[in-house]
Amino acid sequence: MINNINILIPEIFLALSIFSLVMIGVFIKQSYNLVTKLCLLSLFFTAYLIFSSDNNVAKAFLDSFVRDPYTNFIKILILIASIFVLNSSQMFIKENNIAKFEYPVIIMLAILGMFFMISANDIILFYLGLELQSLSLYILAAIDRDNIQSNESGIKYFVLSALSSGLLLYGCSLLYGFTGSTNFDVISNQLNSENTGAIFAMVFILVGLAFKISAVPFHMWTPDVYQGSPTSVTSFFAIAPKVAGLAVLIRFMQVPFSNIINEWQTIIVFISIASMILGAVAAIGQKNIKRLMAYSSIGHIGYALAGVATGTISGYSSSIVYITIYVVMNIGMFSCIFLMKKDGKYTDQIKDLSGISKKHPILSLSFLIILFSLAGIPPLGGFFAKFYIFMAVIENGMYTLAIIGLLSTVISAFYYLKIIKIIYFDELEKPLDEVKNFNIISTILLSCIILITFFLYPSFLNNIVNFIFI
Amino acid sequence: MNFPILSSIIFLPLLGSLFIFLSKSKNNQSVISISLFTSVANFFLCLFLWYSFDRNFVGFQFIEESDWISGLIKFKLGIDGISILFIVLTSFIIPICIISCVNSIKERLNEFLIAILILETFMIGVFCSLDLVVFYLFFEAGLIPMFLIIGVWGGPNRVYSAFKFFLYTLLGSVLMLVAIIAIFWITGTTDVTQIYEIKIPKEFQYLLWLAFFSSFAVKMPMWPVHTWLPDAHVEAPTAGSVILAAILLKMAGYGFLRFSIPMFPVASEYFVPLIYILSITAIIYTSLVALMQDDMKKLIAYSSVAHMGYVTLGIFTFTKQGLEGGIFQMISHGLISAALFLCVGVIYDRLHSRKISTYGGLVNYMPRYSLIFIIFVLAGLGLPGTSGFLGEFLVLVGAFQRNYLVAILASIGVVLGAAYMLWLAKRVIFGETINPEIKKLRDVNFSEGFILFLLAFVTILFGFYPQPLIDTMSVSVNHLINNYQVDLIHHLTIQK
Repeated sequence: MINNINILIPEIFLALSIFSLVMIGVFIKQSYNLVTKLCLLSLFFTAYLIFSSDNNVAKAFLDSFVRDPYTNFIKILILIASIFVLNSSQMFIKENNIAKFEYPVIIMLAILGMFFMISANDIILFYLGLELQSLSLYILAAIDRDNIQSNESGIKYFVLSALSSGLLLYGCSLLYGFTGSTNFDVISNQLNSENTGAIFAMVFILVGLAFKISAVPFHMWTPDVYQGSPTSVTSFFAIAPKVAGLAVLIRFMQVPFSNIINEWQTIIVFISIASMILGAVAAIGQKNIKRLMAYSSIGHIGYALAGVATGTISGYSSSIVYITIYVVMNIGMFSCIFLMKKDGKYTDQIKDLSGISKKHPILSLSFLIILFSLAGIPPLGGFFAKFYIFMAVIENGMYTLAIIGLLSTVISAFYYLKIIKIIYFDELEKPLDEVKNFNIISTILLSCIILITFFLYPSFLNNIVNFIFI
Repeated sequence: MNFPILSSIIFLPLLGSLFIFLSKSKNNQSVISISLFTSVANFFLCLFLWYSFDRNFVGFQFIEESDWISGLIKFKLGIDGISILFIVLTSFIIPICIISCVNSIKERLNEFLIAILILETFMIGVFCSLDLVVFYLFFEAGLIPMFLIIGVWGGPNRVYSAFKFFLYTLLGSVLMLVAIIAIFWITGTTDVTQIYEIKIPKEFQYLLWLAFFSSFAVKMPMWPVHTWLPDAHVEAPTAGSVILAAILLKMAGYGFLRFSIPMFPVASEYFVPLIYILSITAIIYTSLVALMQDDMKKLIAYSSVAHMGYVTLGIFTFTKQGLEGGIFQMISHGLISAALFLCVGVIYDRLHSRKISTYGGLVNYMPRYSLIFIIFVLAGLGLPGTSGFLGEFLVLVGAFQRNYLVAILASIGVVLGAAYMLWLAKRVIFGETINPEIKKLRDVNFSEGFILFLLAFVTILFGFYPQPLIDTMSVSVNHLINNYQVDLIHHLTIQK
């Protein structure tokens, strides 16, 4: 039964380090700094463990846990993203009195949940991982205890997310009932389009997953939670759970639901189009940059789902490429937001950026690059992300989806341009505080350099991603 | 030829801008010298390219190819007799813009120069690329610096104009992106030279042509999607207007020549009436609109739309004269409109007004300026002896071979063009001096005089001696027409 336990070594190591970090946090006072450093170290080491492990497909625990190149890639992506987010948000956390040792520990727990979710080859393990992740995220959203907004967002997230988990669980039980197994491979063999009950189950599971990745029409929680949570938490929300959710969605489409592609394809096409359009239109009126990023992330998930909607390997890999570039852009964007500080206070109002290009040329240039990249303007990285998605979409003859998607990029370009307009064209009212923080600045620099130089070798990511799907 | 001359021409300005960015020099003089040095060096490289260009060679020369997107798409560059002219034009206009900045840009000069140099990279890239995706990359990337040039250094209504410019162009282009990807899946390649040989099936051509057309029509700009142009021109700083009029608009005409016509011959033939109607409307309607303008930049902007009408008309006659006329008109419009915007810039820098009614009687106080201005006004209305004449003339010759009615209507535009141009000169240069401030104006200084004289010299040179241009493009144009006719016959025989 415990054959192949070695494929769990990264997870086991991560779990053990979580326990030991909790101990350190309990017995040493004021240990935020120490715990964060150790946390970064153990995340780094976990990434190393995954990186150095074999890349062949292996299963453990009665085939309920799977490790293959796909899971390894997603895990490393999540780890690297989390390391950057944690690293660049340290200053924000300390200055906002949320520097508790629980913070990095909960993030690690969320990551552990994601790992199990991604590697799950069984509905039960999938659900357990998902819940571990979600519970950690609820706590994270409300971690700023004395801030009413943070509490509100935590509660809101919890209530809505619990509802979606319920739907998901209902779908899982239906799936078990109609296929007789909880194992993905068995379900995949049992499922066909005549099995109406299982198709119902698929719809419920899809709803639950769409909620987790905040795709329209299950996106309502996103703007409030993004705005209410502390920025450091928002930056984590915008990145890691999205990657994990999308990865699981692709796994579901690829393994258990691979025989009912015609049934789910329509649904994915619809939520993809809805997300792209809503993300583009609703962001226009936003005044708060975190809220704007929430809508922007909804839109971006729409594009990633367009790749999933093709139901082909090329579509899935384009989605993974898309989400990877999205991660790079969002890490850069949130690092820039960490530098928005006026009179010693952090601000998230877009109007506070007005005219800062005169006083902060480098920060403004970073904003410019990242925003144009988010808008998908060549030659920046964001363009290639969209390009691959639409290559896959058009390859499968889904012209309507491609045209709607590309037209909504024009709409979304408008609100990205609006921020650039505020930064570059408006008059300077009051400059931001000079913040010299090596962690943040190096993160921004790295993200901008990746986005600018992406066009030199644009197939770099594709080569890796093509390899993980074999 | 092993030396990658096209890549060097494309990336040299980028290198220059990087140098300015890293040097962080606050000294305007040194920043200008760096950028001027880069762009002039690039111009000489382009002249060398033109010199070593084999004008009797059919097809593309100086081809550079390297693997780009994992075996699917190659980063392919190459030029023929048509693109070389636009490359030389671009590299000629950019140093002029940089010199003109000395007088007109007062703040954040080094950022402005960085934007201009990056823009030069993208523009030359457009004219060099032989792959649809590479072309799209450069075509769209040019939006970013231009958006900033209009928005940061523009006039009072700059935000509206910058947004309009960006969104209009982007909206047109995304459909082109769909078409490019569709072509990739239809033919299996985005390499232009291969697509020429593969021959896209007829049933796809119409939609693909329309998708490309939506992008080029906005960029050209053709009536009725031209409305962004007057706004953008009015608000952009002088150098921005010059680049916009001289080069950015030419990308669309070039796009028709390079992509629409050779790749979709059947659709091109099918949509000729559409192009004629839009071109004629542009020529007559925008000329009438130009007559009524009180803003000099707006007037020139509308005249640009009219002139571009001749270009599309000429290109879609598919005759040797028409095509050569269209290309010649693009080059000459590049020179003349650039010069006219510079002329407006000269007096705008002094009085900060673009209104025609502010001026009058300049001839008494700025004689040298008035002389140059009159030369360009005459060139703009197509006086024989200037390059403006030859383009329009050849286009009309081409049009007469296809359709009398169209040619006659287009000829009306020539008269209207003369009307608004001469009236502009009359109101600005001659007449009574009502505004007392005009008496205090000083005449053009050395740098202004130098660039305007240079442009005037080239305009008149090509007016009397157009042979270098015609010789360079002739073989490529013949090749284009031959291929076009062969393709048409090929598709017709398949039909039968």
